[in-house]
Amino acid sequence: MRALRDLSILGGVLVLSGCAGPLSTLEPAGPIAAQIAWLWWAMLAGAALITLFVLGLLALGFGAPRNVTPTTWTHGLGLWFSLAILTTLLAGGLWVGERILPRDDDAIEVRAEAFQWGWRFVHSGPDGAEVTSDGVLHIPAGVPVDVLITSADVIHSFWVPQMAGKVDAIPGRVNRARILADRAGRYDGLCAEFCGVGHAGMRFVVVAHADWPPTLDEDAP
Amino acid sequence: MTDATAPDHSLAEAEALALPANPRQRALSLHREAARVWANDPGFRGQLTAVSHTTLGLRFMATAFVFFAIGGILSMLIRAQLATPQGAFLDTEHYNQIFTMHGSIMMFLFAIPMLEGLGIWLLPKLLGTRDMAFPRLTSLGYWCYLFGGLIMLTALLFGVAPRDGWFMYTPLSGAAHSPGINADVWLLGVTFVEISALAAAVEITVTILRQRAPGMKLTEMPLFAWYMLGTSVMMLAGFPPLIAGSVLLELERAFDWPFFDVARGGDPLLWQHLFWLFGHPEVYIIFLPAAGALSTIIPVMCRTPILGYGAIVAAILGLVFLSFGLWVHHMFTVGIPHMALAFFSAASVLVAVPTAVQIFAWIGTMWKGRPELHLPMYHILGFFLTFVMGGLTGVMLAIVPFNWQAHDTAFVTAHLHYVLIGGFVFPMMAAATYWMPLITGRRRVKGLGEAAFWVIVVGFHGTFFIMHLTGLMGMPRRIDVYPDNPEWIWLNLTSSVFGFVMTIGFAMFALDLVMQATLGKREARDPWRAPTLDWAMPLPSPNYNFASLPGPTQLSRTGSEVTMDLARGAGLLPGAPRGRRELLVTSVGVARPLHVAVLPGNSALPLVLSASIAIFVLLMLGGLYPLAGAALIPVAALIWVWGRGLVLDSDPAPVEIAPGVRLPVHSRARPTLAQSGLHALLVADGALFASLLFGLAFLSVVTPAPAAAPATAATLATGLGMAVLVGALALAAIAAHRAERTIAPGWTLAGSAFNLLALVALAWLAMQLDDPTAHARDALRAVMAGFVGLHALVATGMAFFALDQYRRGEIDAAMPGALPAWQVWQAFTAVTALIAAVVLFVQAGVS
Repeated sequence: MRALRDLSILGGVLVLSGCAGPLSTLEPAGPIAAQIAWLWWAMLAGAALITLFVLGLLALGFGAPRNVTPTTWTHGLGLWFSLAILTTLLAGGLWVGERILPRDDDAIEVRAEAFQWGWRFVHSGPDGAEVTSDGVLHIPAGVPVDVLITSADVIHSFWVPQMAGKVDAIPGRVNRARILADRAGRYDGLCAEFCGVGHAGMRFVVVAHADWPPTLDEDAP
Repeated sequence: MTDATAPDHSLAEAEALALPANPRQRALSLHREAARVWANDPGFRGQLTAVSHTTLGLRFMATAFVFFAIGGILSMLIRAQLATPQGAFLDTEHYNQIFTMHGSIMMFLFAIPMLEGLGIWLLPKLLGTRDMAFPRLTSLGYWCYLFGGLIMLTALLFGVAPRDGWFMYTPLSGAAHSPGINADVWLLGVTFVEISALAAAVEITVTILRQRAPGMKLTEMPLFAWYMLGTSVMMLAGFPPLIAGSVLLELERAFDWPFFDVARGGDPLLWQHLFWLFGHPEVYIIFLPAAGALSTIIPVMCRTPILGYGAIVAAILGLVFLSFGLWVHHMFTVGIPHMALAFFSAASVLVAVPTAVQIFAWIGTMWKGRPELHLPMYHILGFFLTFVMGGLTGVMLAIVPFNWQAHDTAFVTAHLHYVLIGGFVFPMMAAATYWMPLITGRRRVKGLGEAAFWVIVVGFHGTFFIMHLTGLMGMPRRIDVYPDNPEWIWLNLTSSVFGFVMTIGFAMFALDLVMQATLGKREARDPWRAPTLDWAMPLPSPNYNFASLPGPTQLSRTGSEVTMDLARGAGLLPGAPRGRRELLVTSVGVARPLHVAVLPGNSALPLVLSASIAIFVLLMLGGLYPLAGAALIPVAALIWVWGRGLVLDSDPAPVEIAPGVRLPVHSRARPTLAQSGLHALLVADGALFASLLFGLAFLSVVTPAPAAAPATAATLATGLGMAVLVGALALAAIAAHRAERTIAPGWTLAGSAFNLLALVALAWLAMQLDDPTAHARDALRAVMAGFVGLHALVATGMAFFALDQYRRGEIDAAMPGALPAWQVWQAFTAVTALIAAVVLFVQAGVS
């Protein structure tokens, strides 16, 4: 019994470590990404059950002809069964979406400008002066931060997978993305929208600081 | 012999149509007579002049399969590059060209032409007629497709292919960030190819509505026809936004008209809206014909009529409607408010319902019948396995928060391949294996087909199943190297290895088809014992399809006696005794026979016309704009010649289609097929105009803080000029209407004069317009003026065409010639000009 339990724990660790990585949405580092990850696992479970159900019905279709009621299939399964599942899912998605949206709560704001091919971040420093850094975004750990995103040239997309979903950087517009890291540390970010020959290398780093404003030591990447 | 689902036609209904049987003749002499009239020209020349739907449908499908192979090879290059984290196989520039071309080829040069080819080849056979409504248009569509495709392939060979991704987002695809002709190749090439999509959509609509066998009611026609009707309506409404967007972007690139330039009041999101207004219906445009094939094949494989005919038709209509309300789910990350996203999320989720109705109707059909595991059924099972999963990941992506994470990652790549290969390629393989006996007249060589299926299934799922995980682990689309992410290596390597397995599978599938066509034994008629008319003909199918056309008597029965009945001339309009290509035109609802259409024969005109369009496209690509403008003169002249070809030059006497039943020929009847076709074309034209209005409204209302427009030159004088323009077009429309009623040449003359006045007013207005390069709204105004001008020009041409017909004595009280078509076009021109004028005034007030 004990061996079996150890084996299952080992298996679980292997599966989860297979999903881990500095850009993995399945290894969230904050509550926003964590809620979306949970949404994913729930949807995966539901989708697996539905797939098995449909393939099971398909397999049972091979055999002698049966008397069937057409409306059971078209209305019962096609309409009502799918509507019930989809309505539940839609409600769940809206609920999660509302919870993770940026809201007016005086969150710290940082400006991000994307360009071919890099990121420039403008923070408001302790003395009110602006602090600009290329490729490194500094945030405090444990509190929500709103990133105001725009682009200097073509469309890019701001994405820190372990913290939140992506938001596009569009010339002429300023989009707001809320990110939140539970713990201090360094997190990877990237451009998700294809933007030309430098797209693959258009990465950046998010440094979440335990103390805010950060001391100079921590500032060094 | 209508669809197996429909209730049997009662004999009473057959008698209500009062179409007695023709006397039987010798089948062989009837065959020779029809075959001679409907044959292609001999030899290579015959390939250039063929207009037969059988020839062209097969050629569409074969060409599409070649492009599928080319697109597949490109995907193997992509997989080779991604197999290792720092693949040095391709440089980034070529990698970008290759993935852009892979997507563009698979969408525009494989999937759409393939479904057009299937519709063109199959519909006349299924509906009981001899050809599509506009055979020359079929041929024109094919040549435009081939030439457009060759232009894009040539660009790839010379390393100047499009490289901005298959959805060509601005500003990346604009002149500043994408210099060179790469993006122009996409914009001009794809638009050129889409002439074939619009042509196919028009003639598929008309063929389904007006050429069904007498007695085959709309509500009882084979489901495949319902699916293709839905597809063609979506194409008529869905392609115009893409064409509008492509024209605007090409104008921006070529002439610096700033539709998408933020600094001058444009908005890059306008492109995304126009693109996805096309792009999402496109997914269903591809899926519906495939589902139509499934709804045709599954009941035959299960030896039972399909379950839930009415529910499936309702599901098709629901899909057509809903598919136009979900384009924004491709844009969940562009910064649209959450509540607006919720609406599009709900619509995107809802679209799964009609899909589920069809899935369960098909499985219910299997329960009702006794499924037989022939080769087409293997591919149908492959469809179920793959498409159900693809549909479920689609529902996941419709959920906004999850979409924010998964968007633009390999998860989406995996999803779309599950949907497109599951929902299109597997059904097409089922269709190919099902209809091959009708195409080749031969039986399959057993073994290889089943092996190909297994290799494809294993290869496909091995490639794409774990790609979902690759995406969730953060790998974005369209990157060529990932040196910092060793956790993606094993995932990508696995996908690459299985990708090559899948490619081997497709090669085996192709080899199987070739073996069947060359080595197969002769197949007997109707090998599947199918209930539809496509099998009520000899194998391989002759060019004329039916020696005599099926009527109510044949529709009420099934089996070989129907085939023999038709072959021996007992049906309607037997043979080709007048030496011309004839078929029956019926009413939309109950398919009452109305008149006999005489179709044009083999012609090189479509080839010449599409070649002259190709010259225009190439001159545009070369940046030789004045020359390109001049190249439109031969295009216009050839269109005139085309119109002359519609004029019947043979005996206009009524034709006896059954003993005692005489019908007029099309020149003395209305509405003709051509008039129905014009109505369908105007639906697309209206969608194009609506796309421009959408653009203007978007830039005026949605674009945040647009750059201020320079002071406009709107004055009393321009207002008066517009009033003269609209007034002249309105009077021209009234004149055209009177001309059509009274057949009096005076009204036609008056209409021509009013059109000329309108053109003069428009030319004067064009000189008063603000510089279109100054601001996006000025540019859109110029485009709308151009739209009205083009339509007024065509209206003038149609009026002149009618005047020419008077001169030749081709118009009289019984023969309206071009007047009905001109009247409709002129009314459309007047209405759009009025709307454009009103909108421009309102918009000038807003800005």
